[in-house]
Amino acid sequence: MRKVWKLEDLDCAHCAGKIEEAVQGLEGVEEANVSFMAQKMTVEFSGDEAEISRRIAEVVAEIEPEVTLSE
Amino acid sequence: MKQKRHLARIIIAAVLLASGMLLPQVVLVKPGLVYLPDILLASAYLLAGYDVIAKAWRNLRRGRALDENFLMTIATFGAAILRQYSEAAGVMLFYQIGEFFQSYAVNKSRRSVAALMDIRPDYANLLKDGELARVPPEQVKPGEVIVIKPGERVPLDGVVLTGTSLVDTAAITGEALPRETEPGAELISGCINLSGVLEVKVSRAYGQSTVAKILDLVENAGSKKAQVEQFITKFARWYTPAVVVLAAMIAVLPPLLVSGALWSDWTYRALTFLVISCPCALVISVPLSFFGGIGAASSQGILVKGSNYLQALAETEIVVFDKTGTLTKGNFEVAEIYSPELPPEQVLELAACAGAFSSHPVSQSIRRCWGKELQDVKISDYEELAARGVRAAIDGQIVAVGNARLMKEMAVEVPAVPAAGTVVYVCAGGKFAGWIKIADEIKADAAQAVSGLKRLGIKQTVMLTGDNAAAGTAVASQLGLDKVYTDLLPAQKVELVENLLGQLGKNGRLVFAGDGINDAPVLARADVGIAMGGIGSDAAVEAADVVIMTDEPSKIAAAIKISQETLKIVKQNIVFAIGVKLAVLALGAFGLATMWEAVFADVGVSAIAILNAVRALRIKG
Repeated sequence: MRKVWKLEDLDCAHCAGKIEEAVQGLEGVEEANVSFMAQKMTVEFSGDEAEISRRIAEVVAEIEPEVTLSE
Repeated sequence: MKQKRHLARIIIAAVLLASGMLLPQVVLVKPGLVYLPDILLASAYLLAGYDVIAKAWRNLRRGRALDENFLMTIATFGAAILRQYSEAAGVMLFYQIGEFFQSYAVNKSRRSVAALMDIRPDYANLLKDGELARVPPEQVKPGEVIVIKPGERVPLDGVVLTGTSLVDTAAITGEALPRETEPGAELISGCINLSGVLEVKVSRAYGQSTVAKILDLVENAGSKKAQVEQFITKFARWYTPAVVVLAAMIAVLPPLLVSGALWSDWTYRALTFLVISCPCALVISVPLSFFGGIGAASSQGILVKGSNYLQALAETEIVVFDKTGTLTKGNFEVAEIYSPELPPEQVLELAACAGAFSSHPVSQSIRRCWGKELQDVKISDYEELAARGVRAAIDGQIVAVGNARLMKEMAVEVPAVPAAGTVVYVCAGGKFAGWIKIADEIKADAAQAVSGLKRLGIKQTVMLTGDNAAAGTAVASQLGLDKVYTDLLPAQKVELVENLLGQLGKNGRLVFAGDGINDAPVLARADVGIAMGGIGSDAAVEAADVVIMTDEPSKIAAAIKISQETLKIVKQNIVFAIGVKLAVLALGAFGLATMWEAVFADVGVSAIAILNAVRALRIKG
């Protein structure tokens, strides 16, 4: 499955890279791509969507609490 | 709002820092107030750095010690312990100035690209039972009539019923000159109606409209990163740890190994390292440049699906064009009719009837030349034969219309026709009936497109066509193309492109540009597939990596130029930022650069790299 999230208030390019790396490392995620300029994250994953969404939200909140994740 | 607060914080911290530093020098501090300068500096430090410290603490608890926030905190705490209070506050302050400048520049270019792409229509004036209602474009169905007033955006694709006007298509096609529209003309959504009131019959629902497709393309662009961007991500991953390890070695080794080396000296030098441990300048300027380049391209009606394609375009060595619809107009006017026995009008009529259901430009021009409506003609068993022609039974007689290959397949003897142009043979009842010569006009900017590519250093320009050799070579020599391959079937085009791909240098790329009809496999096979003429064919837009909204081939050269300039900016930034960082590291290690210089260099590099990156948005094709 492929899903796109919006990352509002994503202001630092380096953090974008950190989020990408962390999401990439999540179980079930095949590929994660954060576009810093478009403030978007495209994730290719398999498995339960709700579970993956929850874990992605956790990771984002941990790395950059200012960023709001929305679908 | 958020930015204003940030700016206010920076200004107050700057004032506190300045007064803290100047106070002891300007006035003699009274004995009772001896701690005042230090208190001012401490407040400046806390005000500028509280969020950095908070983040560092949070990340440390989660085991992420190699985080730039943590390193900044260590550097400044260390400075404070060495009693360098003003440096501690200064480093935090300038770090914040850098951050502020970054988010300002990023937001600004996000906004200007968003403005470029601001083509989403808000409403449509639906005409129902003689009354106008303002409705969302999504609610209008094909076949319904909408009214577009001067100054309004065309909300849906359609055909003009009444009214004449000038339409500004710049947002969609990049074409600066407004286009005249009259009843019968097609109108594409996203354009702006300039002068008259138009009544328009909607031809497609919003979801299928030009504007919806463009927005979809643009919004999904950028999910694929360029190699350079991946390189930077990797670089960033090892840069910070490497700097930290070096810093640790500098702090510990010399005092232990060299006699007379002072711990405080070397610790200070190590802390200077930490100040420049963030690869921020690079990490931010590279995506910013690509984003600007993609924005600059879209402002000219060139939609690039991702920064990886922008980089690939910059490395183009071979450009392959399809002929019809790309280099030529594909308007196909009937130039000559020949028939040995029948009257020429009858040959024309046979051809027009046989191709009555075909949307191929050749059939269209034959019908146009014939100029009559189908009446009392029984057409059955209609077949379209890809890259060969059409076949149908007309009043019981099998009529085939197509190229020499089709005639050969049907074992019909036909005379060879010399000279340029597309020749369509007509055979009726298994017997040659005549031929129709159709000439295709070369696009006005086709020669300019080829010479433009040569100027940009493209090694080879190649044309592929399903047309005959006479027609193909005439066009190719007129345009100055390096190579031409004629009489090709779609599958052979793929084969040829694969062949050409093998001729590329190590980092060379092959670009294929076509109008998308029959081209989807080649578009997908090329390193960069360019679909011309906008959102014409869904398959082409899907398969293409770059979509050119106008049908001007010169935009291919424009796209490559924009990509080359963007890559130039990216490379300048990489060399500059890494160079300055290394220089500061070296100076810092030998004690020649203070923390002040380190932070100035760091923030300065970011600022210059960002300003350079923002230039990409203004590249002219």
